[in-house]
Amino acid sequence: MNNETSASKTAESILDVLEYKGLLSWISSVDHKQIGIMYFVTSLLFLLVGVSEAMVMRTQLIKPNNHLLSPVTYNQVFSMHGTTMVFLAVMPLLIGFMIYFVPLMIGARDMAFPRMNALGYWLYLMGGLLLYFSFFTGDTLHMGWSAYAPLTETNYSMNKYMIGTGVDYWIIGILLTGAGSIMSSINILATVAFLRTPDMKLNLVPLFVWMSAANAVLILLAVPALNVALVMLFIDRHLHGFFFNPVAGGEPLLWEHYFWFFGHPEVYILILPGFGIISEVIPVFSQKPIFGYAFLAVATIAIAFLSFGVWAHHMFATGMDRTVYYVFALASMLIAIPTGVKIFNWIATMWGGSIKFETAMMFAVAFIMQFTIGGLSGVAFATVPIDWALTHTYFVVAHFHYTLLGGTLFTVMAGFYYWYPKITGRMLSEMLGKIQFWLMVIGFNGTFFILFFAGLEGMPRRVYTYRNLPYLANINLISSLSAYVLALGILLFFINLVVSLKKGKLAGDNPWDGWTLEWATTSPPPPHNFDRIPPVRSLRPLLDLKRERAGAGALDFYEGENG
Amino acid sequence: MNKVRFGMLLFVASESVFFILLMIAYMVYHVSSPSGADASRYLDVTRTAVFSAALFASSFTIWQAGIKSRTGSPRATLAWIAATIVLGTAFLVGEGTEYTDIISKGITVNRDLFGTTFFTLTGFHGLHVFVGLVLLSSLFGIGLKRGAGVGRLPAFESVTIYWHFVDTVWIFIFTIVYLWALR
Repeated sequence: MNNETSASKTAESILDVLEYKGLLSWISSVDHKQIGIMYFVTSLLFLLVGVSEAMVMRTQLIKPNNHLLSPVTYNQVFSMHGTTMVFLAVMPLLIGFMIYFVPLMIGARDMAFPRMNALGYWLYLMGGLLLYFSFFTGDTLHMGWSAYAPLTETNYSMNKYMIGTGVDYWIIGILLTGAGSIMSSINILATVAFLRTPDMKLNLVPLFVWMSAANAVLILLAVPALNVALVMLFIDRHLHGFFFNPVAGGEPLLWEHYFWFFGHPEVYILILPGFGIISEVIPVFSQKPIFGYAFLAVATIAIAFLSFGVWAHHMFATGMDRTVYYVFALASMLIAIPTGVKIFNWIATMWGGSIKFETAMMFAVAFIMQFTIGGLSGVAFATVPIDWALTHTYFVVAHFHYTLLGGTLFTVMAGFYYWYPKITGRMLSEMLGKIQFWLMVIGFNGTFFILFFAGLEGMPRRVYTYRNLPYLANINLISSLSAYVLALGILLFFINLVVSLKKGKLAGDNPWDGWTLEWATTSPPPPHNFDRIPPVRSLRPLLDLKRERAGAGALDFYEGENG
Repeated sequence: MNKVRFGMLLFVASESVFFILLMIAYMVYHVSSPSGADASRYLDVTRTAVFSAALFASSFTIWQAGIKSRTGSPRATLAWIAATIVLGTAFLVGEGTEYTDIISKGITVNRDLFGTTFFTLTGFHGLHVFVGLVLLSSLFGIGLKRGAGVGRLPAFESVTIYWHFVDTVWIFIFTIVYLWALR
């Protein structure tokens, strides 16, 4: 027993941790670190599936009047791409970061409800597998990830063989992953509320934890709206109800209201933990405390609050009352204020800092620029006439890929380069990382910036091909070729993850000079997380510790900082 | 406040959104539905009021069970939990008779929007009552072994919260479906 404990304490790589050896230790695990890693692995595999689907689409669109895919297949591919990326790749990736790092950053032994934590993961995995199982039944979702009624009603979703099970698998799969994410959110909130190390007051909680908590509130209150819509749809399909079926007075628009009442908070669910990662990475690599800690925390809460009051801006083209347009357009623009506050806080943090341009930091900086483009195009969209002109064109596609790919996925990359050493005990290759970074930046912007123009030209999204109209062929050719570059970058990331697991440099406890609690323990952390938790008297407990050890002389150097 | 209670409160918050949206769907279709069954002809408010009273009373009994466990009387604790289970079951039986009655008159989920919304809303509530009964029965089983101590378990507290929630939801459903939306 004693031997085992000491062996795992000195483990230099996650592959050497005795407690994590063998498949059974993973399947039966209730350890938040193992579950976090399982979230990472599963969601990265789903990310790979989603990227492949994107490549199939871009290949189909590489030239006008292309008939590589049939219209139905194309519909299925873009629907599954959206569903996969939102529910099976990005959201669980972020939940993985939350589950792995929230307990470590607040000095906890584990999550508040470890077994529910495991259940959440398994529900997510089974939901994802069920969703993809629909391919084997000969039918899968083909109405887009938003699955607008009445297209999902039985009379519209049967194919010529009378097979219409794709929507059912989608409903059940999403219900399962949704239930799993609600469990995770309850767990995160209870963990943050009750398991902080005693001297970590609320104003000393790391920003990643703040944003994870805000994110958990969003999941908690938004996902049930999707669940209720799914359940109503299921009743329509199997008990022949009329919720969204106009035959007996049902309103397809009610689906849109419920879906987007979930869907808009969902897009913040997909970005808030990313904001949290950035708020940890930027100060560490600028070697400066975060600028405006309280503002960042409050802005997060403001975004979470406002996100429940903007859903109808997805429905400007449905002919609602004029007052409704005004209210939702205004509310949507309001969100730009707290988001802008954050952007300026991050820039101000870098200002005057001595910036270390490691890969993590490069992804963080690229995130700020790309997310700003995505955000500004979103503000443009909140203007109703612009929305009328551009809705359902590639302008929308470019807009949300700038927020979710150029935004969230870049934060996830920053997060992996920053925390991979903590998770595995080994560094990711910086050289591969920098090549990957440039491939992704060039590939991403090449793919999507030009799609703004495709949208302005009026090219509709979700259509399997297009006519050879002026500019469209060139725009799409450039976009598709850039997409391959982007995919190459992502592939390089996977290679880096696998190769560095064995060949990476040993990380040591704190390779980046980080100052939050997760760096106080070993890399990888022992199953019990901490032998001793340092006192938390400021936002940067590890820096305090270092100063204390170095004696008073070192203090002068950091004087004037409010850390 | 402990983490188990806190977790249950969060779950209840999440479930509230679920029920609020179901109720909104009921109300929207009650107002907009161009045709369909006339709720007042088929719903028997008095009968529903009687079995609703059983559910409301069960909130009182579970509260008493908590009090009795604090004074350390195992028998009283178990008796009050049992009373809660009986009252909850009475509610479900009442709802069952109502369902058979309405269905025999031809009102079903697939007849019109009243049927669809009514059965979905009350059905999901009934499902929650059923889950509550399962939880209460487990507590009763634990109580047989542990005596009054069961009332001091975090699990007991959180089941209490859940049970009060199920009860509160019914107050709203009863008000909307049986008092407001009659025409």
